[in-house]
Amino acid sequence: MLKKLVGASVPLLAAVTAFFFGAIMLVALGANPFEGFQAMLEGAFGSGERIATTAVRATPLILVGAGISIAFRARVINIGGESQIIAGALLSTVLALNAPDLPAILLVPLVLATGAVGGFLAGAVPGLLKAHAHVNEILSTIMLNLIMVQFMNYLLGGPLIDPLQTSAGTFIPQTERLSDNAALPTLVSGTRLHLGVPVAVLAAVAAFVLLWKTPLGFRLRAVGHNADAAKAAGINVKRHITYALAISGSFGGLAGSILVFGSEGQRMVTDGSAAGFTGSAGFNGIVAALFGGLHPLWTIPSAFLFGALLTGAVQLQRVLQVPASLAVTINGIVVLFVISSAKLRGYIEGRIADRVTESEEPPDDPGPLADVAIGSLDDPIQNPIDSSDGVV
Amino acid sequence: MSTESQKLVEMRGITKRYPGVVANEDVTFDVEYGEVHTLLGENGAGKSTLMKILFGLTPADEGEVLLRGEPISISSPADAIDARIGMVHQHFMLVQPLTVAENVALGLRSGRRPFTDLDVVSKRIHELSEAHGLAVDPSTEVWRLSVGERQRVEILKALYRDAELLVLDEPTAVLTPQEVDDLFVILRHMVDDGRGLIFISHKLHEVMSLSDRITVLRNGRVVGSTTPAESTRESLAEMMVGREVLLTPRKPVLAAGRPRLSIRDLSITGDRGAVSVDNLSVEVHAGEILGVAGVSGNGQRELAEAIAGLRPVDAGTIQIDGTDITRATTASRREAGLAYVPEERMRDGAIGEFTVSENLVLVNHGSSEFAKRGLFSHAAIRKHSEDKVNEYGVKTPTVDTPTSSLSGGNIQKVIMARELGVKPGILLACQPTRGVDIGSAEYIHRRLIEQRSEGAGTLLISEDLDEVLGLADRIAVMFEGRIVAIVDAADAKREAIGLMMAGVLDD
Repeated sequence: MLKKLVGASVPLLAAVTAFFFGAIMLVALGANPFEGFQAMLEGAFGSGERIATTAVRATPLILVGAGISIAFRARVINIGGESQIIAGALLSTVLALNAPDLPAILLVPLVLATGAVGGFLAGAVPGLLKAHAHVNEILSTIMLNLIMVQFMNYLLGGPLIDPLQTSAGTFIPQTERLSDNAALPTLVSGTRLHLGVPVAVLAAVAAFVLLWKTPLGFRLRAVGHNADAAKAAGINVKRHITYALAISGSFGGLAGSILVFGSEGQRMVTDGSAAGFTGSAGFNGIVAALFGGLHPLWTIPSAFLFGALLTGAVQLQRVLQVPASLAVTINGIVVLFVISSAKLRGYIEGRIADRVTESEEPPDDPGPLADVAIGSLDDPIQNPIDSSDGVV
Repeated sequence: MSTESQKLVEMRGITKRYPGVVANEDVTFDVEYGEVHTLLGENGAGKSTLMKILFGLTPADEGEVLLRGEPISISSPADAIDARIGMVHQHFMLVQPLTVAENVALGLRSGRRPFTDLDVVSKRIHELSEAHGLAVDPSTEVWRLSVGERQRVEILKALYRDAELLVLDEPTAVLTPQEVDDLFVILRHMVDDGRGLIFISHKLHEVMSLSDRITVLRNGRVVGSTTPAESTRESLAEMMVGREVLLTPRKPVLAAGRPRLSIRDLSITGDRGAVSVDNLSVEVHAGEILGVAGVSGNGQRELAEAIAGLRPVDAGTIQIDGTDITRATTASRREAGLAYVPEERMRDGAIGEFTVSENLVLVNHGSSEFAKRGLFSHAAIRKHSEDKVNEYGVKTPTVDTPTSSLSGGNIQKVIMARELGVKPGILLACQPTRGVDIGSAEYIHRRLIEQRSEGAGTLLISEDLDEVLGLADRIAVMFEGRIVAIVDAADAKREAIGLMMAGVLDD
């Protein structure tokens, strides 16, 4: 009970502290922090259109965050969100280029599925490398991010380039306008709210169901908590490490196709950097997941918060002439506080646990202190089977 | 100075409370000069708390400690050492790459600082070794020493610091029977010098043979004090547990059946690249418990892991009911009828963060009983778990409690419930009752015998010779990766097996 309370209050405290630092920065920039935050609130939620924009900004964060929650539960760290978004976007773009005349009822689900497949493949590569060659997945996923950006730049500047760009001699690295049949339908006219938003929310719910309601998720969590015991019980650990990264990647891939087919331009375009296409969703999704305690369902509100931060920043710049990058800074500070608070939480929970168990004779093993950081990130909701009854 | 009646140490009315639990309640305990006073009790009975208070690791809430008749306040291990109290921990506190002399000198002020005075230390170690029969070479690195020798180094450390009161926390856990005998001779010698000794153990026959007095703790309270002359193993067990305990399991006579597990010419490389199992052959029959006795590190762990499919073999074959499974996955071995109770229960046997319920279905969570159309039936899992918890008497608040918060005995019951629940053809049980309280151990033994009656073949790997002698039909003695002898349990003599465990064979 006490533990749950601590678990819930610590990230909130981190956010409040981050905003406090944001206020100090606003003052340093000569702006009134109250006006600043008010502008951000208005920018993010001031009208139906703005709320829709916030939701759209949150969409890839929900997906990447939910995917990362799956990987983390299997104790596999997926920093490859960017590469998986790009892989999903590219594969679904290729599909849309080659089958532009399929009816929307077929093409829309198909491009989304293809996006997921692209991300799955991009996740499977570091997964296989980790499972079979002990390649550290943090390094391989980061490297793959760099590789996929360049691969995207190559494809969009060469094989997939809009023929108009070639004939006009402008050579902007972008595809031609993709079939309207593939465009994600807008749900509320006059806003940007498209099908991708509910798809992302459903995907996060699916991630939750996968982890706590299916044998596959059970095995992923078993491998994550204790690979030795999982192995002794007959679970194929290597296969499930690969699955963890691949499934996690498929969520990023889905985000990639939503970014392309939910975009106003209805085409895939790169400015040569990773952030140009993904808006750093591959990284911000990690932030959203961490803030949501690596729980797919908590990732949804968490992603909305960061989506709001991103849209609010635009208004902040407009009203107060303060750089929008302040939002990115606040974003970063939240990460710092959430991550360091995870340690704090581990410490507090450890103290609570000590007081309860000290009365027993000391165990042979003093306990995996090294695991405190990840272990405490692990369980915002202490008892998955139990809690699931309450959530769904 | 020390009068006849004066005690070496007296702990009076010690009470220590933790939130929700009283670890020690009004415990009074004393040690006289020249005696071995055993502290006996189950895990969680409060022995360690009492010793922590004595050694200054935790303060008592109430009560006082008198050392040599004077009240004393011990607030750190340094105080305890100054007061000539020594402690030999169950897990050795030695720096492996350093020599014996360096380990002994560690933490002491050199007489020639800033330089070391290891030659002086070595000389003193020689003197102490001779005086107490603790043969050990001061210039040897600790990693070269056997477990028994390492223990002598720990005792030497305490003697070097001139300990008059020595606490030995389960000192025999890692020793062969012969090493235990040697240790007891040394300890007796130290006591004859007028030192006092607190011996903590739950091996009842050792307690009976070494102690002058025995004090039994249960739930933080002193149940009573007795002497070996006035008690039996059974009476001690009863005091510890609070009810009558069947120490030697009764098992029905069965005719050995067909071979269920056949191992032929098996060779395995260990973690350090050396041969750990060397051309080993053995068969386990239906309705038989084959006990493997041996000092740890003679290839038992590797053998078990190879049978479970967790370690590759270099040569040889393993068959279950005639089917070759030498290269099969763990999952298909389990399908072939293998159940596995691993030695390291919290590493290999259970997932601490998982609930009791999740651990109970760890092996067969994907079966149609628990998962329909890809989704778990939580109701079915819950019902199964509650049934198992009731059947095995697992003490847990709910089936949704994280398994790591259970006691060792209860975690082992969860593992046994899971592994025996599938009605295995072959049960591979490694150290099934190590660190488990007597009540749970008794229960686990009963289940093992039930398995045997139902026709399963059981390979019991245990360092607890009493357990092997009590349960097994045949005993295979393992030494340096080989089975050096297989004897019928009916004709087995404890001493003879102890010698074989140490590699001594009469031809």
